[in-house]
Amino acid sequence: MMSKGVLVDVTRCIGCRSCMVACKTWNDLPAKKTTFSNTWDSPGKMDADTWTVVNSYVIEEDDQVKWRFVKKQCMHCNEPACESACFTHAFVKTQEGAVIYKPTVLNKDYCVGCRYCMIACPFDVPKFQWEKAFPYVQKCKFCYERLQEGLEPACVTACPTGALQFGDREELLAEARKRIDSNPNYYKKIYGEKEYGGTSWMYISDVPFEQIGFKEDVSQKSIPSYTWDVLKWTPFIFFGWGAVLTALRAYTKRRAEVHNEEEMFAPVEKE
Amino acid sequence: MQNDRKWRFKITPFRMILILFVLIAAAAALYRFVYGLGAVTNLSDEWPWGLWIGFDLLCGIALAGGGFSTALIVQVLHKDKYLPIVRAALLTSLIGYIIALVSLFLDIGRWFNFWRPFFYWGYHSVLFEVFWCIALYTTIQILEFGDIFFERVHCPSLKKILGVLMTPLLIIGIVLPTLHQSSLGSLYIVAVDKLYPLWWSMIIPFFFVWSAFFLGPAMVTIEGTLAARTYKREPETDLYSSLTKVTLWMLIIYFIVKMGDLAYRGVFGMAFNGSYESNMFLIEMIVFVLLPIFMYATPSIRNKLSGVLTASILVVVGVVFNRMNVVFTGMAKSVGGSYFPSIWEWLITIGMWSALVLIYCFVVENFPILPKEEHVSHSGKPFGTGFHA
Repeated sequence: MMSKGVLVDVTRCIGCRSCMVACKTWNDLPAKKTTFSNTWDSPGKMDADTWTVVNSYVIEEDDQVKWRFVKKQCMHCNEPACESACFTHAFVKTQEGAVIYKPTVLNKDYCVGCRYCMIACPFDVPKFQWEKAFPYVQKCKFCYERLQEGLEPACVTACPTGALQFGDREELLAEARKRIDSNPNYYKKIYGEKEYGGTSWMYISDVPFEQIGFKEDVSQKSIPSYTWDVLKWTPFIFFGWGAVLTALRAYTKRRAEVHNEEEMFAPVEKE
Repeated sequence: MQNDRKWRFKITPFRMILILFVLIAAAAALYRFVYGLGAVTNLSDEWPWGLWIGFDLLCGIALAGGGFSTALIVQVLHKDKYLPIVRAALLTSLIGYIIALVSLFLDIGRWFNFWRPFFYWGYHSVLFEVFWCIALYTTIQILEFGDIFFERVHCPSLKKILGVLMTPLLIIGIVLPTLHQSSLGSLYIVAVDKLYPLWWSMIIPFFFVWSAFFLGPAMVTIEGTLAARTYKREPETDLYSSLTKVTLWMLIIYFIVKMGDLAYRGVFGMAFNGSYESNMFLIEMIVFVLLPIFMYATPSIRNKLSGVLTASILVVVGVVFNRMNVVFTGMAKSVGGSYFPSIWEWLITIGMWSALVLIYCFVVENFPILPKEEHVSHSGKPFGTGFHA
C-alpha cells in the first residue's frame, strides 16, 4: 500500500471548523467548554481531547487585510520523532502513513507515560491526559480504522470547500506542485515536503508559512537521524572505553602499597 | 567492629525535621499515585517535564557523578592517596541514583508499566539507553556497596564472591555512567529547533558527561566538609586541594570546547544578543566556569579550606544551573506557557533530598565508610562549629 497523506490548501479554508466537529464525533471525544475569543481561534490549542484545531491569523499587507485559517493536527512524519523517542516503541508509523500507538490488542499498552515524545515532537503535537490517574498520550490518529477500510479521514470527509484533499502522498505532492506553479498567488513552498524528512500531511498557502504559525528554516533531516548519529556510537564506547579502562587498571596495578581496606575505614559516631 | 553489632541512629531535632519532610513527601507521593499527575503537579502540555525530571533526575544523577569520577581516579588510575574518600563518594552516588529512580517512578504517568523498557526495546531512543544504564549501574553500585555491607554484616562467602566480581563490576561501573551521563545530554538532541542554540549542540552529550565528571571532585569536597563538620572530624583539605588539579584542567577544556562549538555552529554572537537566554548563558560561563577556574588556579585560594570549598560550591551550583538552563531557560521560548512547580512538587523533592541526608548519616554511622581518624593527617585544629546534621 502506498503511504497516504493529506494536502491542506490554506487558500481554500473558510474556518468553518467542520473538521474539528467531525474529529470529535468520529473519535468520540468529549466536548470542552471554551471561552469567547474574538479571533475565531477558540479553543486555539490542541489537548488530549482535541486532536485538531483551526487557528486563525489576521495578516495585514499594505492596505489589505487577509484572514487565513489553518487546520493543525499531527503531521504524521515519515520518520516520526515521537516513535524514535519512545523507549518502549509504543508509537509506530504504519504502512498507511498513520503514526499511532501500536494498534494490535497485544501491543496496545506499551506506553509508560514518560512524555519524552512530547519533548521530541517538533510540532508539539502529542498531548497528555493530565487529569487521568493512568493517562495516555493522545493525538490525531489519521483515522487509522477508516484508512484500513479504504475511507478517508473524518475531517477530510467533513470539509465542505476542498481545503483538505486525501490521497497517496506522492500524488498529492504532484498536485500541490501543479497548484503553486499554475497560480502566482501561491507562496512557493510545500510545507511538509522536506521538513524534518517529510510529513504525510502537507500544506500550501498564499502567505508565508512563518505568518501562519509554522516554523520555517527548520531542519530537513529527520529527528531520528540526528539521534541515531549519536546513539550509534554506544556499543563502540561501551567496549572501547571498557577496554581502555581495563588496560589502565592493569597497567597502574597497585605497586608498592597493599591496603587493607577493612582496617582503613570505620563507622563514625554522632555525639 | 565485632563487639559492636547494634544499629545506631541518634535522633537530633534537625533529623526529626528531616524525617517529618520525608513523611510529608511519602503521603504526597501516595496521593499522586492514586489521583494522577494533574492532581499534584503544575505540569502541562507545554511543560511535560518539570522539577522532578529537571532537578531530581537530571541534577541528582549529575551530582552523583562523584561516584564514577572517584572510581576512575582511585580504582583504575590507582591514585592511592584518594583512597580515603572513595567509599563516601560511592555511598552518595548510590543514594543519588536511588533518588533519581524514585523521581522517575513518580513522574511516569503509567507507573505500573515502569518495567516495559526491559522487555520492549525502543533501542532507537536515547531514553532507552539512559533507562538501561541507570538501572544496571544502580544494581552495580548496590553490589559494590555489598562489599562494604558484608564487612559489617559478616558473611564471608558472599564477600568472597563479590571480591572476585569486583574488577569487572568496577570497569562496567565506570563505562555505564559515562554512557548515560552523556545520554542525559543526548536526550535534548531531539529538541533541535526547540532548545535555544546556545545549549543545543550535537556534542551536548560530551558537555554533560564532562561536567558530570569534573563535578565529582567538587562534590566530594562539599560532602567531605559537611561530614567533617557533622562528625567533628578533620576535613581532608590536602586531598581536596590536590583534587582541584583534575577539576581545573577539565573546566578549562570544557570552556574551550564550548566556545569552539559555538563558533563552529556560527551562534557565538547569540551569547551577546542581550536576550534572557544570552544573559543566563553568560552567567553560567562567567560565574560558574571562569570564576572557579580562576579560584582553582590560585594557590592561596585552593589551599585553604574556605577557598576550595567556595570554588567547589560554584562548580556544583554551576552544573545544576546548566541543567536548569537546558531544561527550562533554553526551552521556554519555543514551548510557550509558564511553569512553576506546585507546592506538592516542592514537598516531594524536599522529602527525597531529606531522605538522602538521613540515609547517608545512618550508613556512615553504622558502616565503615569514612576513614579512621588516624589515617588523616592532624595538621590543623579540629572542626567543631557550623553545620550539625
